[in-house]
Amino acid sequence: MLKRLIVPYQFVITVRLGIKSLLLHKLRSSLTMLGIIFGVCSVIAMLAIGEGASYEAQEAIKKLGSNNILIRSLKPPEQARQQGMGGPRGMQLKYGLTYADSGRLMTTIPGVVRLLPMRIIRENVRFGQNEVPCQIIGTLPFYPEVGGAEVVRGRFLAPMDEQHQENVCVITTGLARRLFPIQDPLEHSVRIDTFYYRVIGIIQERSQPEQRTQAGKMEGQPLDNNVYIPLSTSRTRFGEILFRRSAGSFEAEEVQLHQITVQMRDTAAVETADPQIKTLLGRFHDQNDYEIIVPLQLLRQAEQTKRIFSIVLGSIAAISLLVGGIGIMNIMLATVTERTREIGIRRALGAKRSDITLQFLVETVVLSVGGGLIGVMVGILVPILVSSLTTMKTIVTPWSVLLAFSISGAVGIIFGLYPAKAAAKLDPIEALRHE
Amino acid sequence: MPMQAQAGQPAPVPPPPPGDNSIIRLERIEKTYFLGGENIVRALAGVDLSIEEGSFVAIMGPSGSGKSTMLNILGCLDRPTAGRYWLGGEDVSRMSDDELSEARGRRIGFIFQSYNLIAQLTVIENIQVPLFYRGVDLKATYDRCVELARLVGLGDRLHHRPTQLSGGQQQRVAVARSLVNDPLMILADEPTGNLDSRTGAEVLDLISRLNEAGKTIILVTHDDKVAARAHRVVRMKDGLVDQDIDQLPPAARSGGNGRGASC
Repeated sequence: MLKRLIVPYQFVITVRLGIKSLLLHKLRSSLTMLGIIFGVCSVIAMLAIGEGASYEAQEAIKKLGSNNILIRSLKPPEQARQQGMGGPRGMQLKYGLTYADSGRLMTTIPGVVRLLPMRIIRENVRFGQNEVPCQIIGTLPFYPEVGGAEVVRGRFLAPMDEQHQENVCVITTGLARRLFPIQDPLEHSVRIDTFYYRVIGIIQERSQPEQRTQAGKMEGQPLDNNVYIPLSTSRTRFGEILFRRSAGSFEAEEVQLHQITVQMRDTAAVETADPQIKTLLGRFHDQNDYEIIVPLQLLRQAEQTKRIFSIVLGSIAAISLLVGGIGIMNIMLATVTERTREIGIRRALGAKRSDITLQFLVETVVLSVGGGLIGVMVGILVPILVSSLTTMKTIVTPWSVLLAFSISGAVGIIFGLYPAKAAAKLDPIEALRHE
Repeated sequence: MPMQAQAGQPAPVPPPPPGDNSIIRLERIEKTYFLGGENIVRALAGVDLSIEEGSFVAIMGPSGSGKSTMLNILGCLDRPTAGRYWLGGEDVSRMSDDELSEARGRRIGFIFQSYNLIAQLTVIENIQVPLFYRGVDLKATYDRCVELARLVGLGDRLHHRPTQLSGGQQQRVAVARSLVNDPLMILADEPTGNLDSRTGAEVLDLISRLNEAGKTIILVTHDDKVAARAHRVVRMKDGLVDQDIDQLPPAARSGGNGRGASC
């Protein structure tokens, strides 16, 4: 108590006085603060949830590469039904992208740097006693640069492997762990179907471009079980027609390529190429058996959505802050009336108008900043709670905390100024006479 | 103030009062209230008054006599419509609002009828308020404030709130507060009005002792018994000084125990 009184700084004393005056009416002060607490808390929590919601989507899209355009083969839905009703053996489904498509894209679309074709076949991969269901991806040697993968050990497929249809493969780190718990995978061979493939490298995938392909229908399977083999090897070993056993019947389908990743020169080329690719493919495909994915567009859409989301959430939160501010002003006006006498006393004892203004302004700012601080704490806790109770990802960005807090401070000043000025304007004689 | 009722403005500079040590000099102070339309109230109609340092003056008068207006002007709470008010050599009547605030804080110690302590502050904090607005280092002056509290007999209640004190104690806190800036004069407005006769007498004794120690006291009252303690009684009527009587203090009471008060 004693120490608090003898602090020499006037401002500190004014702030302490403000807190003291607010503590005189604890319920009133805390109710007033609640408005600001909710406002600040909702700003931070809403922005954190919005940020978190868009983050994962954006990251996934970014990994696909903003200079790329992905074209994927799709099994036409009506055909699939028809095929299910057909005989056990007779039907053979042919759909999807072809080598011809690949050639046409390369030659007609301006700005194409290169094309990365992929064949994706589901097959079990064995090593010794271990057997893991995998995606066998036949592709070209430059897959790591386009698809975004990093060679961890050994090397990726080489042009010579492609040329000679070598029985070599590169496996992902996840698969390496599962298939080779103790052994060094390099220079061992894995068995796929009836052939052996020598492991020449291990890669770490940055993205999972295949996870949405039509081939990836098996749910619950870890998606990083990928085996990369030369495209030519894939064609000769597996053939163009793929058989699949399902529910006691055979399914046969002919798909030449499951995916083509078109790498463009720059993002501007991506924009122009998108409609061109649509027209080109539309001319040669009489059924809708492919989809075009432009990560750049998806990213832009995601960003746009996020921006709108943030604006809407921010506005709602800002309105609640505004309401909180009006609440503060209301209470402060009542306080000024109630404490007219005190104002008179202070004026008689030497307080200038500016002293009175400062006193009440400080009180309002203490209310709003105090509410802001509590709001920040609650606002950080709420997203943590949400993340721990649900699977929702939340990100509390520093700028949102800063924004919410500074708005609460500004609200205090803006809405405190009028009551404080009103207090200072009181005539000391009248104020002293006030009961 | 642009509101001047009469053209008495270009001060004729009357000869200075006989005693050179007059700290308060009112020269033809007028105060007119314009209540709208033709409704004009002349609360003060050209008061001349000078008060010397160390005197104990009681201002009396019936309600409507201009007593309260006089108090407001003397206390620098209001500016006269016309005339001049010299307080300790400074012309207070021309001061700005901020300068008036400063004059109140530094030169005048107020004692009010209803004590007027600030409810959320303790005894010692209440005493410090005038120091705070003067911008004085509260740490350095803390001991002096404690001493003042002891002087008025509240040395053991420094951290009590006003609501925990009796009326007499509260008024004594107000006395201590009025002294803290070592003002030119203490302006007491019915200081015993809210107290019973015994505590009222105690507070009055305290004020008398301050006067004996050299403080100038101006006491506004309508109670003859209270006024009897003063050395000079100024009676007001219709906005003018009606009577100005010097009187000797009742010797029996004043000779007592007061000399210890040094402020």
